[in-house]
Amino acid sequence: MDQFLQQIVNGISLGSIYALIALGYTMIYGIIKLINFAHGDIYMIGAYIGFAVTTYTNLGFFPALIIAMAGCTVLGVTIEKIAYRPLRNASRIAVLITAIGMSFFLEYTMMFFVGAEVRSYPMILSKKTFNFGDILINIQQIYIVLTAVALMILLQFIVHKTKTGKAMRAVSVDKEAAQLMGINVNTTISFTFAIGSAFAGAAGVLVGIYYNSIDPLMGMMPGLKAFVAAVFGGIGNIPGAMIGGLGIGIMETLISGYGNSMYRDAAVFALLIIILIVKPTGLLGKNTREKV
Amino acid sequence: MKKSLVLLLALILVIGSFTACGDDADTGDADATEVKIGVNYELTGAVATYGEASKDGILMAFEEINAAGGVNGLQIVPVTVDNKSDAAEATSLATRLMTQEGVAACLGPATSGNYMATIPVAMGNGIPIISASATADDGVTVDANGNINEYVFRLCFNDSFQGVTMANFASENLEAKTAVIIQDNSSDYAKGLAKNFKSTFTDAGGTIVAEEGYLSKDKDFNAILTSIKGKEFDVIFLPGYYQEAGLVIKQARDLGITAPILGADGFDSPVLLELAGAEALNDVYFSNHYSSQDQDPLVQDFIAAFKDKYGTEPNAFHALGYDLGKFIADAIERAGSTDPDAIKDALAGTTNFVGVTGTFSIGEDHNPIKSIVVIGLEDGVQATSVKVDPK
Repeated sequence: MDQFLQQIVNGISLGSIYALIALGYTMIYGIIKLINFAHGDIYMIGAYIGFAVTTYTNLGFFPALIIAMAGCTVLGVTIEKIAYRPLRNASRIAVLITAIGMSFFLEYTMMFFVGAEVRSYPMILSKKTFNFGDILINIQQIYIVLTAVALMILLQFIVHKTKTGKAMRAVSVDKEAAQLMGINVNTTISFTFAIGSAFAGAAGVLVGIYYNSIDPLMGMMPGLKAFVAAVFGGIGNIPGAMIGGLGIGIMETLISGYGNSMYRDAAVFALLIIILIVKPTGLLGKNTREKV
Repeated sequence: MKKSLVLLLALILVIGSFTACGDDADTGDADATEVKIGVNYELTGAVATYGEASKDGILMAFEEINAAGGVNGLQIVPVTVDNKSDAAEATSLATRLMTQEGVAACLGPATSGNYMATIPVAMGNGIPIISASATADDGVTVDANGNINEYVFRLCFNDSFQGVTMANFASENLEAKTAVIIQDNSSDYAKGLAKNFKSTFTDAGGTIVAEEGYLSKDKDFNAILTSIKGKEFDVIFLPGYYQEAGLVIKQARDLGITAPILGADGFDSPVLLELAGAEALNDVYFSNHYSSQDQDPLVQDFIAAFKDKYGTEPNAFHALGYDLGKFIADAIERAGSTDPDAIKDALAGTTNFVGVTGTFSIGEDHNPIKSIVVIGLEDGVQATSVKVDPK
């Protein structure tokens, strides 16, 4: 039982990171129906910004988190402006291919500048662990979960209580109608990319602190898994992305812990296939009103 | 339009043949005063750490030899190329070195897969190749049919010897009765080590309680570590490379697993310490080619000279590269010529070569007969070393 609870703790920490990345996927899909494959790489660049800040300026966790989020915001908005906006009226497959190209561009540009070698974060959080019976929770795990929860609450607030959030919801339901109502569609889309990218940047810093290892190709797998998480929860649906992320994290951990860790990735993608066959809208997909 | 294109092509051809002639003349002249050695290493890409270190060691050895007058009065000219950690690239570079650059022998690549890809080129061109760190069991110096690859040599022990040594170290030195294996399932190197560890450890009366696997690039090992934490065991055997091993060790210690962790030469990188942190690197042992703790004056002189030149402490790949540079020079000297076949015979006949990674002879299978060092880490620093001789 203790071991099971420990595995759940591990799963929630991992799942929180997937959830943060999945939120960006799902928001961007919700608003312009684009699966932004470069999203995993924005997460990678967030991790490197955090690395640079903590290593070269000796700032602490929160400044690093905020600087990385700001950096990724700028990057995400720029990518949208340069790569996706000119293709706004092109076929969806053209934008999708551009997204894949953008993903490789970010990966290999980073590799050119920082090299392929893994890098490690300096110790910026204390090495404290808390014992609850036989269950160990370390300080990094607490930071990950708390940061993720705080950001998700903030997102819910933005989407449901602010004017911009209302605009985002309106654009996701009907772009033309929203425009007729006086909503600036381009600004709203930029804002969505900004929030999604900031969350990915935060996830990057959290991973750097938690696992202490970053490399230019680190965004590939988590990016794909976050995509599965977004589909699992119902793509375009914000609470769905949170549930999907946590679900995938816990599922992976339990498969590694009680089954065979070699089947972990296979199981995640098998789940994707099953969802697409059985319930293509995902867990919460029906609730189209919540779409952003 | 077409005519001008033909003319242009013809012109390129003519110029090309002129330059080719020029090259030939160069090598012809040069032969009298210098000997070219190919240095084909992974200078960028996934395993650049190993390639870069080997190259630094080799070049340092060549500089020393050249400063002392060269071999048989000839200056050694290294022709360094970067195979980008890619087997196809390594093969085409080996071909270029052997057919266009006119090298007398080729050194590298550092890793088994890339090294093995260049074997057919060496056999086809009749030019000896030597690697200081290709530790794979099968298909290196002996081909699939059990025949010796005449032109292929190496300076390091193979993986099975490392697996066997670590199993013996666990059961004899650490008095372990039970072990858990966590292996990198995406690498033949790790799987070979795990297989040999398992058979030796069980033969000595030990039990393997659990076998877990991971894939290269994985970052989260908490799940498998939590599941083994519930079991009773004396040691963890962790064959794999430092990128993942560092994280496994860190996460294991964070979860409160204090059992000794054993590994092999894949642990040998300063990055292991960065990833795991000094606190986690206690009771960690790995087999290696050389130890900086060795008090032999030859080793200590090498360490001092290396620090002087590059400003860092040498690791095993630096030491192996350095030995490799000295080793090929030694063979050329004994061969008394730069003819590749003469060098090959001299390499095969090496006895009691004295290097910083130990004194060794080349056996009939073109593998060295040399001892292994088991290094123990305390707070991330190499604190103990035990030498194990081949049986």
